[in-house]
Amino acid sequence: MGKRTLSVALLATTMLTVAGCGAGGGADAGETAAAPVNPDGVSGDITVLTNRTDLVEDGTMKKYAAEFNKTYPDVKVEFEGLTDYEGEVKIRMNTEDYGDVLLIPSAVAKGDYPKFFAPLGETSSMEPKYRFTDKTDVGGRTYGIATFGTANGLVYNKALWKKAGITDWPTTTGQFLDDLEAVKEKTGATPYYTNFKDGWPLESPWTNGVGSISCDSQASDKLAAMDEPWTEGNDLNTLDTLLYDIVHEKLSEKDPATTNWESSKTLLAKGRVGSMMLGSWAVDQMRDAAEAAGQNPDDIGFMPVPSQKNGTFCATLVSDYQQAVNIHSDHKEAARAWIDWFTEKSGYAAEEGAVSALKSEGMPETLQDYVDNDVKMIERSEAKTADVNAIDNASEIGLNKPDYRKKLIDIARGVTDGSLEGYFDDLNKRWSAARQTVGS
Amino acid sequence: MTRTASTASPPAPAAGPGRTGKRPSRHRARAGSPWRGRPLRKLTPWLFLLAPLALLITFTYVPVGNMIYYSFTDWDGVSPDRDYVGAENYTEIFTRPELLRVFAVSFYYLAASVVQIVIALYFAAVLSFDLRFRNLFKGILFFPYLINGVAIGFVFLYFFQDGGTLDSVLSWFGAGTDHAWLGSPESANTSMAGVSVWRFTGLNFVLFLGAIQSIPGELYEAAQLDGAGRWKQFRHIIAPSIRPVLSLSVILAISGSLSVFEIPYIMTGGATETSTFVIQTVKYAFQFNKTGLASACAVVLLAIILLITWIQRRLVPDEKVDLV
Repeated sequence: MGKRTLSVALLATTMLTVAGCGAGGGADAGETAAAPVNPDGVSGDITVLTNRTDLVEDGTMKKYAAEFNKTYPDVKVEFEGLTDYEGEVKIRMNTEDYGDVLLIPSAVAKGDYPKFFAPLGETSSMEPKYRFTDKTDVGGRTYGIATFGTANGLVYNKALWKKAGITDWPTTTGQFLDDLEAVKEKTGATPYYTNFKDGWPLESPWTNGVGSISCDSQASDKLAAMDEPWTEGNDLNTLDTLLYDIVHEKLSEKDPATTNWESSKTLLAKGRVGSMMLGSWAVDQMRDAAEAAGQNPDDIGFMPVPSQKNGTFCATLVSDYQQAVNIHSDHKEAARAWIDWFTEKSGYAAEEGAVSALKSEGMPETLQDYVDNDVKMIERSEAKTADVNAIDNASEIGLNKPDYRKKLIDIARGVTDGSLEGYFDDLNKRWSAARQTVGS
Repeated sequence: MTRTASTASPPAPAAGPGRTGKRPSRHRARAGSPWRGRPLRKLTPWLFLLAPLALLITFTYVPVGNMIYYSFTDWDGVSPDRDYVGAENYTEIFTRPELLRVFAVSFYYLAASVVQIVIALYFAAVLSFDLRFRNLFKGILFFPYLINGVAIGFVFLYFFQDGGTLDSVLSWFGAGTDHAWLGSPESANTSMAGVSVWRFTGLNFVLFLGAIQSIPGELYEAAQLDGAGRWKQFRHIIAPSIRPVLSLSVILAISGSLSVFEIPYIMTGGATETSTFVIQTVKYAFQFNKTGLASACAVVLLAIILLITWIQRRLVPDEKVDLV
């Protein structure tokens, strides 16, 4: 008897809770977080969520805030550094408490931006001033401004490559493989480092190459309309074949399962590793590592993806995290003031050696080699990113997740059954099947 | 019981309902106390239960209820909108061969838990007799279980590294290998199952030791007088008397093998065919934003474990152990 009452009570409680969760709270959608006209009128306490725990801890962020207060004395800025940024913010976004200013987590579907963030303005008016606006454009309005952008390419050790007798950038993937072979034979160093264990260097650094090969700013958008992106001649095919060949010809580290990102920086700086596919943001970190290891920081170079279109190298320019204003924020004006100031006045992008979101700013010093050698920078269109991501998630391939390239490497190493063609067929099949379900 | 409840109100029992009913019989002598028959008396046990029940409901039943609800939706984990999709997620799980294939990895851990139980049983039996440095050995065996699983993952990552601890120890014995321990599916799964043996043997060991030490010592003496050796003592005294604990360990081992998570997740991230069902679930939820499908996976896993436990309880009923 008692037992039955208890279970009924439990069930009732469960039902109530479940029902309660179903009803979502409405937000005052559509209110633009407009840029304040007069700094004196802006006030309030704002919380800024960031993934840069290092900058919060060493006080750099506080310095930025102090500088900001010179213009906006009545705004108090608090920082919240989150180590597992994506994981934590994603869960907090189920509530209203996710800071005033935050970096847009990749888990939020692009179409949902208007439900979570206050629009910053019409895209048509933002576009002339800022780079990467179409990444957060939903229905003609922009929801976020990039903290900075990076160019894609390969970080390499110039001194080591010179020792192997290579001075010019390889212009084809075949030549790149030959160069790696030369590095291996003449120096004994590991020519390429996959960072297999940490995984993320296999994600976006490689996928960002989509567009670098075809020299097409629409390359990423076109994936949304493509049934078989891994067919020969497509960027993904070229990139993944290159990765396969590097591993298959044993030009990468011997035991990928226990790689380590932090120590890989030192390995590259010391010339024990030849190259890694990364964004240009990595150049500064590698130079710091070189300095720490007593090496010459100038030995760290950055080269474009080894492929030319009509005799020129291309490199995609892609945005990092974008800052946005919480739609539930009580101080939208102050939040917007912070974003504008951080983007335009703080010098953060230059400090990081990255490309500023402001179109008026030139290329950073880390990309000097690109500028000198006339590498064509393509600002990749992100207009169809929402569709591409939807297909990507439905297919469970994960263009920006490590798993599918980890499997590619396993096939190349011969520890997993399969062939490159078979794997590409499988990927194509999954992609087109997902397109059917998502597109309908 | 009633008196204490009305005057001092001691803290509510932490261990749930099992505790409340039993009280020394001398309290029963107060049968004629004025409290008897009053409604409050009937209510008292429930008042005691209030705190633990509230905790249990808030932190166990409500989340499970939510999870079951999510499993019938197509929620992506963030969006405020979610649609009811019926049993679609469940159909998907059972129509996707690759999802059930990850259970194959569980066999590595299942085999490992057999090894683990045998080792634990051996040491528990040996260390329950008088032995030099007995407590030291007990400590050594139990120690790995105290370490956090994440730390263990990291430690063994270095252990299995190319040129790491394992390789250098092997080279002392002239068996210098050049083996990438986590590099191929078989070797990686075996290595990680080994780590899980290292980690959980201590737990089994302590459970067995506790059970063995509750056996009255005269039994051994009597057995010895009758000429029984150690092995016979184990077979006829120890083994039967720890049967309930043994069957509990087997249940834990099976459910543990099906839901292996942190060691492979930290060490390989599920790469090189080391992905388990839980890792797959986590990937659905947090990589591909399919929270609905992931919840359904979790519900299925829960159901499987409940089913296995039930079957096992039917096959091996919980008999009373009667030694004397």
